[in-house]
Amino acid sequence: MGITHASYNPESHENWFTTRLDVVANNVVNWGRANSLWPMPFGTACCAIEFMATAASRFDLARFGMERMSFSPRQADLLICAGRVPFKLAPIIRRIWQQMPQPKWAISMGACASSGGMFDNYAVVQGIDTIIPVDVYVPGCPPRPEGLIYGIMMLQKKVMNERMSDNTLRREMAPDPESKLYIPPDAIDELSEPFGNSVHQTRQAP
Amino acid sequence: MSDFAFYQPGSALPSEGAEPRTPYRIPHRGGVANPSAAAIQQRVPGTGYRVEVVWGETTVYIPADKVLDVCRFLHDDPSQRYEYLCDVTAVEYRDASRPIEVVWHIRSLAHRRFLRLKVELTKGTELKVPSVWSVWRGADWLERECYDMFGIKFEGHPDLRRILMWEGYKEGFPLRKDFPLRGRFSRSEQLKQALAANPEARYSMDELTIADAYGDVPDEMRKRLAGGEKVGE
Repeated sequence: MGITHASYNPESHENWFTTRLDVVANNVVNWGRANSLWPMPFGTACCAIEFMATAASRFDLARFGMERMSFSPRQADLLICAGRVPFKLAPIIRRIWQQMPQPKWAISMGACASSGGMFDNYAVVQGIDTIIPVDVYVPGCPPRPEGLIYGIMMLQKKVMNERMSDNTLRREMAPDPESKLYIPPDAIDELSEPFGNSVHQTRQAP
Repeated sequence: MSDFAFYQPGSALPSEGAEPRTPYRIPHRGGVANPSAAAIQQRVPGTGYRVEVVWGETTVYIPADKVLDVCRFLHDDPSQRYEYLCDVTAVEYRDASRPIEVVWHIRSLAHRRFLRLKVELTKGTELKVPSVWSVWRGADWLERECYDMFGIKFEGHPDLRRILMWEGYKEGFPLRKDFPLRGRFSRSEQLKQALAANPEARYSMDELTIADAYGDVPDEMRKRLAGGEKVGE
């Protein structure tokens, strides 16, 4: 790809003044970003019910600066994919992700979004990380609201540790023009290899 | 009851034990048949009718070429009035010798009757039955779904194309027994094809024609169309 990592070294004595400024600016900007993440809910299944519970008064997602659900990807920072994604939805979630402006993050909520879950069949995507880059995976089937909130707090920690001078972070990834995939096809095949009891379900017709 | 052999569901190892067989000695077979079953054979004469009653529900096996006549009679005749088509679906048994069955569930609200019609289609031949869209308009999507999942062609359907899987889905018909659970292609290939699909390319010619003519229609109709109403049939 030819990405050059920005040389950031806080111990370096040269440029120490600008570096300190950078740290201060980072902290301010990251604090602002981490505490006002606007989620784009992409709820397709039962995880969306838990997501709604998380947003409602008992668990109150507004405490984390997320009281505004952004139902338009253009005003969203965070894509929360709650539920299984069938292949028919794959181009749609890809398009929503591409419509979101940088900086943006993604949470894959639940077993189905993270790995296909129990739906190891012809219709369901085996993990949305084969379509879009994912920052935090929340396990559970479905995860309790506490689980989602823990995932969001992990993401906030991640946001707080980002550096503006690192230009690899907020770069828009371009999918491979031919296959339209972010990761190589053989890696996808390996990731979605069946496991456990289900290996008996062979790909050949019985 | 001893014929009620139990096979592990989902065990797809072909070498395991005997050839799987669907249990055929079903309990609670027999009883009073729905009077419509006799009426069908009287009004639409022909050979190949068979009537079965299981758990008090009547199934009438009808020849494929009589489907439209039978359905028209059941729908229109004042003594029948089957005005509600509950479902159109198909069954493929794992036994290689058994035919694929297309099933219609119909209900007469006026006479409080339920009837199941079945047509048997031999495996290996072209799977086609007449569409009942001209009798019940509700058959439209049900038949599309049945075509999508089983590949059964409903002749006379106005717009027979896939409904659950996307346009141009290349792997076949998912609910057929020869379709592997994970599909025929590798995961990356499936994903590649899915991502190449245009999510907006799902409109019928009818809908596209309406969109083209949107500027020409009268104001009042344009208002109705903008509200989400489809025009005409």
